[in-house]
Amino acid sequence: MKQLMIGNAAVARGLYEAGCGVVSSYPGTPSTEITEEAAKYDEIYCEWAPNEKVALEVAFGAAVAGKRSFCGMKHVGLNVAADPLFTISYTGINAGMIIGVADDAGMHSSQNEQDSRHYAIAAKVPMLEPSDSAEALEFTKVAYELSEKYDTPVFMKMCTRVAHSQSLVETSERTELPLKEYNKDIAKYVMMPGNAKRRHPVVEQRTRDLIAYAETTPLNRVEMGDTKIGIITSSTSYQYVKEVFGDNASVLKLGMINPLPEKLILDFAEKVDKLVIIEELDDIIESHCKKLGLEVTGKDVFPLEDEFSQNLVAEKLGVPVKTGLALDENIPVRPPVMCAGCPHRGMFYTLSKNKCTVMGDIGCYTLGAVAPLSAIDVTACMGASISSIHGFNKARGAESEGKTVAVIGDSTFMHSGMTGLANIAYNQSNSTVVILDNSITGMTGHQQNPTTGYNIKGDPAGKINLEALCKAMGFERVRIVDPYDLEACDKAVKEELAAEAPSVIISRRPCALLKYVEVKPALKVESDKCKSCKMCMKLGCPAISIKENKARIDATLCVGCGVCKQLCKFDAITE
Amino acid sequence: MTKNIMIVGVGGQGSLLASKLLGHVLLSQNYDVKVSEVHGMSQRGGSVVTYVRFGEKVYSPIIDKGQADVIISFEKLEAARYMEYLKEGGKIVVSNQEIDPMPVITGAAEYPENLIEKMKAAGADVDDMDALSLAMEAGSAKAVNIVLMGRVSKYFPEISEEAWLASLEACVPAKFLEMNKKAFALGRA
Repeated sequence: MKQLMIGNAAVARGLYEAGCGVVSSYPGTPSTEITEEAAKYDEIYCEWAPNEKVALEVAFGAAVAGKRSFCGMKHVGLNVAADPLFTISYTGINAGMIIGVADDAGMHSSQNEQDSRHYAIAAKVPMLEPSDSAEALEFTKVAYELSEKYDTPVFMKMCTRVAHSQSLVETSERTELPLKEYNKDIAKYVMMPGNAKRRHPVVEQRTRDLIAYAETTPLNRVEMGDTKIGIITSSTSYQYVKEVFGDNASVLKLGMINPLPEKLILDFAEKVDKLVIIEELDDIIESHCKKLGLEVTGKDVFPLEDEFSQNLVAEKLGVPVKTGLALDENIPVRPPVMCAGCPHRGMFYTLSKNKCTVMGDIGCYTLGAVAPLSAIDVTACMGASISSIHGFNKARGAESEGKTVAVIGDSTFMHSGMTGLANIAYNQSNSTVVILDNSITGMTGHQQNPTTGYNIKGDPAGKINLEALCKAMGFERVRIVDPYDLEACDKAVKEELAAEAPSVIISRRPCALLKYVEVKPALKVESDKCKSCKMCMKLGCPAISIKENKARIDATLCVGCGVCKQLCKFDAITE
Repeated sequence: MTKNIMIVGVGGQGSLLASKLLGHVLLSQNYDVKVSEVHGMSQRGGSVVTYVRFGEKVYSPIIDKGQADVIISFEKLEAARYMEYLKEGGKIVVSNQEIDPMPVITGAAEYPENLIEKMKAAGADVDDMDALSLAMEAGSAKAVNIVLMGRVSKYFPEISEEAWLASLEACVPAKFLEMNKKAFALGRA
């Protein structure tokens, strides 16, 4: 039976059908649903690991032990997992191993637009790239076969439009595989110089073998049409090409993006008058073609940034496009915001009010940088808040220590905040760290993490005690505040910034969107008492607006958190 | 011929259920279907857009400017924002709710006035409705998505009401089915 599935669910289905036994991942848009969907199959052991490096090593261990494994992450997660990646490429695997990585051209939910294909080339690991859900399922099964045949981990590279687009797939039954035998093999699995030196030529030969495979595999296919223009493309760009040209162009559709074929491309180029490369982000296919001595149109016309679309492909190649109706009106932008009742808001208000310099991190709370709170100074990557406050304070000294804080979420702290905290404890800066503990991984859609006490299936699991952990690292000043209590937040921030010792403030309250969190009745504004001082507007709560010069609370959005009520000097906000 | 439907609104308004229902009913009619969703940061109160495409063979998962047959909008400003995606002769079905975006809340911008009239004046075929009141009449403010789908169902006479209701039954939890059926009927009326 045909079903509609997002690409990520189709990868999960492929894992299931191919007999995958162990999945370990860290959530990250647009990759998260692969692991969430895989967890719905009881036959697959699935877990959220604290970060991508751990997850990749778990999957590696499982593959060496003899079970097909998978590890999923977003593009920036691959930076974290890069260390094991490059060496696992040398050791090879035992049972098949797939690394799922999802790029986010257009940065729908990411801090950069890096192109993961570079990693496949750099680590010399094969990479498959589906263009819809049916291919996502099919390629996943092929990836395991390649992995085992060529003794290598294999990348499944997704992008937002393949990962989060539903299209039709045909499912089949699971093939249950016996646990493969594990044999101790020090020369293959222990990567010290002598052994690694012998493994490197194996990797190079593997790549040569894979190039030969790339020449003939059905993963790469030629669709001959009009030969005036020949297009080499892959992934979602293939869909835009077909949408625009149909049979009015010849297409070489690449399903295997590393290593790339040579003869197949040269033969295709021979048959067409003009060769065009259409690929999102960097010029990987284009550079390869140029190395083969081909003259191509590529990034001289197409952008290196943002995602593509059918109109973009048409316009760049001179095909006319229809324009839509124009509205002569200034439409205000609608950026994402922290939700009404978000527990982060009270802490950010406090930091903003105290004019703190704030080193930020990755999560929902990055939105603390948005006006009117504008409470974050710097955000780079997972865990950077804690490491960089230490550097910031070392550079600026006491002046900075008295007004600078790092903010990091519970999941991000587990991911890569702990090592930064160890550095503060060890190398001693008088830094103040706020752990915004909302008891969930929020931005990616509510995944459990090591601090929540539940596993991926929602069953009870180990629970790391944040305050005990910080104390064990040597922090004597560890305190907990409720971010709905503005007075307590203010006191905690002022005292810890003034203290002559490094400190951790745990700002603790569960995410307002969690199902178990009780929603209180919406608050109301008594219009006659409202003096229009706009104090409540400083919170940047989407439920509060000014209408006819009076504050108004949208009852469909308000969850009754009561933070605005604490700011109203005229008692105009009531329950 | 591929048909294109866009569902636009504010993150958290329930567009994922609307696209799920639409995908389900289109699949039941044996069309090739693609649905492109939004996950992640934009869901946090930002402007969100879902693309639904169906026909004999669908390639691109997204809809581009000048291509939408129907734009379903949960909110007026969002309808106006995406109006340039409408093709000539296309239709906008819009709930006349107003949700202030942060620049309006902070006073950096103003919520434009008379947007429905302005969209009509620009040549759009606009079917505006008070979907929120109808949803509350059905039993929940959250049923705005199903009210809108009820209204949209009228514009696809090739799909029977029975097919829509069968898909509704498959897409919503049993305990909310009656309420959603009522919302659908109110929207379609």
